Amino acid sequence: MAKITLEKLRHSYMSAPQGPDDFALKQIDVDWNDGGAYALLGPSGCGKSTLLNIISGLLIPSEGQVKFDGRDVTTLTPDQRNIAQVFQFPVIYDTMTVRQNLAFPLKNRGVDDHVIASRVGEIAEMLEVTDMLDRRASGLSPDNKQKISMGRGLVRDDVNVVMFDEPLTVIDPHLKWKLRSKLKELHQRVKATMIYVTHDQTEALTFADQVVVMQEGEVVQIGTPVELFERPAHTFVGHFIGSPGMNVLPAEVSEGSARFQGQQIALEGAINKGASGRFEIGVRPEFVTIGDTGIPAKVRKVADVGRHLVVEAMVGDHKVAAILNDSAPSQGDTVHLNFTPAHTRVYADGWIATGAAS
Amino acid sequence: MKTENQKAWLFVLPVLALVAFNALIPMMTVVNYSVQETFGNNQFFWEGLTWFEQILRSERFHAALGRQFMFTALILVIEVPLGIAIALSMPRSGPWVPVCLVLMALPMLIPWNVVGAMWNIFTLPDIGLMGYFVNHVLGITYDMTQNPFAAWVTIITMDVWHWTSLVVLLSYAGLVSIPDAYYQAAKIDGASNWSVFRYIQLPKMKNVLTIAILLRFMDSFNIYTEPFVLTGGGPGNSTTLLSIDLVKIALGQFDLGPAAAMSLIYFAITLFVSWLFYTLMTKDDLN
Repeated sequence: MAKITLEKLRHSYMSAPQGPDDFALKQIDVDWNDGGAYALLGPSGCGKSTLLNIISGLLIPSEGQVKFDGRDVTTLTPDQRNIAQVFQFPVIYDTMTVRQNLAFPLKNRGVDDHVIASRVGEIAEMLEVTDMLDRRASGLSPDNKQKISMGRGLVRDDVNVVMFDEPLTVIDPHLKWKLRSKLKELHQRVKATMIYVTHDQTEALTFADQVVVMQEGEVVQIGTPVELFERPAHTFVGHFIGSPGMNVLPAEVSEGSARFQGQQIALEGAINKGASGRFEIGVRPEFVTIGDTGIPAKVRKVADVGRHLVVEAMVGDHKVAAILNDSAPSQGDTVHLNFTPAHTRVYADGWIATGAAS
Repeated sequence: MKTENQKAWLFVLPVLALVAFNALIPMMTVVNYSVQETFGNNQFFWEGLTWFEQILRSERFHAALGRQFMFTALILVIEVPLGIAIALSMPRSGPWVPVCLVLMALPMLIPWNVVGAMWNIFTLPDIGLMGYFVNHVLGITYDMTQNPFAAWVTIITMDVWHWTSLVVLLSYAGLVSIPDAYYQAAKIDGASNWSVFRYIQLPKMKNVLTIAILLRFMDSFNIYTEPFVLTGGGPGNSTTLLSIDLVKIALGQFDLGPAAAMSLIYFAITLFVSWLFYTLMTKDDLN
């Protein structure tokens, strides 16, 4: 177990990168504490797998350093770094039994047989695969195979970090949450630093204490699930997390106040001085209400998603989503929308530009 | 209600006709010959199983069969490990991949009798490149028309040259289909190169290797053209493999009855060994 520090990390798959567009990772500076559960969240191609492979040592970054507990490990190989990784597709050794699979990483490191036996027993118990120990691993179902892959990572008690690269991709939906809660439970029991890469917000938010949101090779925000939800630092985060995502509406800003479609909008705090560029107003559908007065809008669609209703209304050419709990207007109605000021912000060129509510 | 009819059979008929004309009927004529004696003029005399008994008791047949098994065993023992080794050392990506693949495929594109003729000339002691080199530069007496050992070395080398590529290409296809994650996981698990080969590459190549060995077995067990052109079965009978012997009996001596019986025995052996091997290799997949 170790604290992981990434310093000025940049990576390009090209041999002679020219501009920032040639970099898969633009500049990453992150500190991850010992024993934490972290998630790397972002759309496909945002560089999260690249980052993961750099941490595990499968890839050497073009620039910058990776440190475990302050020790520079940038050029060390994966086995020298003492890490574990679980891949998107279950990797198991077909010809071995489950027991041999679990014992394999320890055997390769020359651990004593009786230590191996007790560790394997312990991990099998945790993963609830004890009854399969003597079966050929190739005959298992995908979720059990993935459990075995995890088990091979967890069986070594000295690993610095366990990394998961979208490990639930091939798992059936009804088994996904089971494995997910298993993972959470395992984290609490083994206390290893864990990094979980995914493009699925639910997986990231349920697993991690801290989520790192990435876009186009950059970290856009690091925060707890609640922070990411309540106060997205970037419109991308607002949009990517939440269902439906945050409403991002074009705004005109003048003399410290923001207007949308000619209406003045109350904000959580003052707009930062010197903020410039393209202004947008961001407000989550959860904080859009319907009242007697407010911004006039025409209801285009009402969807009942079970726990609540999602209303899609048009203000001019702009779509605004609202989440309502009880009664909803019907399609074609004209309504008045209100944005809860404490959760309404201005973004300049995508980045948050209002001071937090006091 | 499910309506059942027999129309599907109509679609099977063309295949049945094709198989009948190119396999079943020719084979039945062989069966026909194997139980009769003929002196030409389309006159036949019933002989029962006499020819089969004669062949199975014949020392000449035993010797040819022994040489055949020896030949097949030798080429398999050399070609399979060599093929795997070459496949392992080929690049997985980059500009050299097509170059390697084409180079590997080249020997297989050469017609069999041309291969035989090439190696015949290549090994001639006085003018052949290899024959001259071995005899006059290395000073080792090497003449496959005189020495049975030299003849064996030559036909084995020729087959290895001609057909190892097949094992290489099939193994390579198996190797490139292994996802990177397996190699990465093995690295993280601290596996040695040998372990990677033993627990990842070999198991993942098992299916293609089964096919490769099966093809190499059948082809080498039935081989005729190359050794016929190269050594003609000599010196003496030292490289007279089953097929060469069969043609000698059928066309040289015109003993059609025994030749037909021998063909059927030959066929049965090929079929049985192939079946046995395939069953053994795939029995794990079933459970």
